[in-house]
Amino acid sequence: MYTEKVMDHFTNPRNVGELENADGVGEVGNAKCGDIMRIYLDIEGDIIKDVKFKTFGCGAAVATSSMVTEMVKGKTIDEALEISNKAVAEALGGLPESKMHCSNLAADALHKAIENYRDNQQKKE
Amino acid sequence: MRRVYLDHSATTPVDPEVASVMMTYYTEKYGNPSSVHGFGREAKQALEQARTQVAELIGANPKEITFTSGGTEADNLAILGTAEALRTKGKHIITSCIEHHAVLETCEHLEKNGFDLTVIPVDEEGVISVDAVQKAIRPDTILITVMHANNEVGSIQPIAEIGKLAKEHGIVFHVDAVQSLGKIPVNVDEMNVDLLTVSSHKIYGPKGVGALYIRKGVRIVPLVYGGGQERKRRSGTENTPGIIGFGKACELAGQRMAEDAQKQIKLRDKLMNGILDRIEFVKVNGPLGEKRLPNNVNVSIRYVEGESLLLSLDMLGIAASSGSACTSGSLDPSHVLLGMGLIHEIAHGSLRFSLGRQNTEEEIDYVLEQLPKIVERLRMMSPLYDQVVRSNHV
Ligand code: FES
Repeated sequence: MYTEKVMDHFTNPRNVGELENADGVGEVGNAKCGDIMRIYLDIEGDIIKDVKFKTFGCGAAVATSSMVTEMVKGKTIDEALEISNKAVAEALGGLPESKMHCSNLAADALHKAIENYRDNQQKKE
Repeated sequence: MRRVYLDHSATTPVDPEVASVMMTYYTEKYGNPSSVHGFGREAKQALEQARTQVAELIGANPKEITFTSGGTEADNLAILGTAEALRTKGKHIITSCIEHHAVLETCEHLEKNGFDLTVIPVDEEGVISVDAVQKAIRPDTILITVMHANNEVGSIQPIAEIGKLAKEHGIVFHVDAVQSLGKIPVNVDEMNVDLLTVSSHKIYGPKGVGALYIRKGVRIVPLVYGGGQERKRRSGTENTPGIIGFGKACELAGQRMAEDAQKQIKLRDKLMNGILDRIEFVKVNGPLGEKRLPNNVNVSIRYVEGESLLLSLDMLGIAASSGSACTSGSLDPSHVLLGMGLIHEIAHGSLRFSLGRQNTEEEIDYVLEQLPKIVERLRMMSPLYDQVVRSNHV
């Protein structure tokens, strides 16, 4: 039911873990099935230098988490914000219909982490 | 790659002996049992022999057996057929919250069409209380439908007692015995049952065949009309090869049940205890010992999600199943686990292994060797787990 790409990212997820003193952290729960993803960002200037994640969820949730970290690394914040859940799913060669909602997890967590980074910046100023 | 099948509650392989008996009725003895000629007669004879084999396994009279396309159709026939037959007598039906969808959905369909439904809860082991059934009985109750053993957690229900209650009140009693047949004794008289659903493909017979036992004197309105086969209870040309396979599977089940159970209980306990020994934060779902099916292992592994577990096991050739929300099309966790009072999060990491005739100790060792590694890997990835580890280390 999953593409080879999904299975690859599920088996060998990239960027698993956490970042100490991350500049932005985002955690979201999936209202539909109760799964959870947390993403950590290290940001220098405007660029996402490093990114790590932890996910409690199905194969699609793990794979989209992994894929989203690959997609944002080295990107500017604005570029990262453009990444939609659909783009993540496409990058994985598609997801089964019933699993499309899983990709929201990754995109939402990413957006939340960026928001958190911006809040932190504002507090510093 | 190595392959270990531990999903026998989903389906079983067809026993080679069963398959070879069936073959003849596809290619040589292919007559229609309703035909007068020799081809028809030999098919008819084999059909009736199969009916006797099924009846013998459950202590029934062959005339009380109606063949169907499977367990689901038998459940539908029992419930809809009784409701239709007794609708002028009453409108109240009792069932439990851990039934198979074939029962629950059918009852809910009736509820939408003017019937009253009481769904009995279960205790934390997944067992129905006879008391609760008694309290639910009303003067207009026409049907009680309860499963013999649960497909997910293997809990065996107090059927004989519920049956006694039903009898005392003159209520029709239907039991879905799809999961218990061939694993523990099923006897329609000892269990005080009026209607009993059985299925072929869970007992090493072919798919697409089942039967409903209908006690003599119990009235049922058919779902399917036509040529009047199966004593007018289920029209349509009989699936002769399938039915003959089912009959043979019943015969074999009767011969092998005691030995199978003994062997599987050993493997079951080895697997269950092995998991508990090797993995932290594990909870067994369902009862222990006598009240559990010989072949069922169900555990919740906390802080990991079931579909991820299944995928990881599958990559190592191990087939299991899960009640996780993520594995169900509806994204709801198993209604059985929730009915037992498990919170979402624990239902999420549930894993079912169902053993079969061919499983070996060595296969269990393989699972016990691989599963801890899988859990460890997934927990390292889990944002829930690091919270636990942290709070333990502070
Ligand atoms: S995250 Fe639960 S179904 Fe994908």
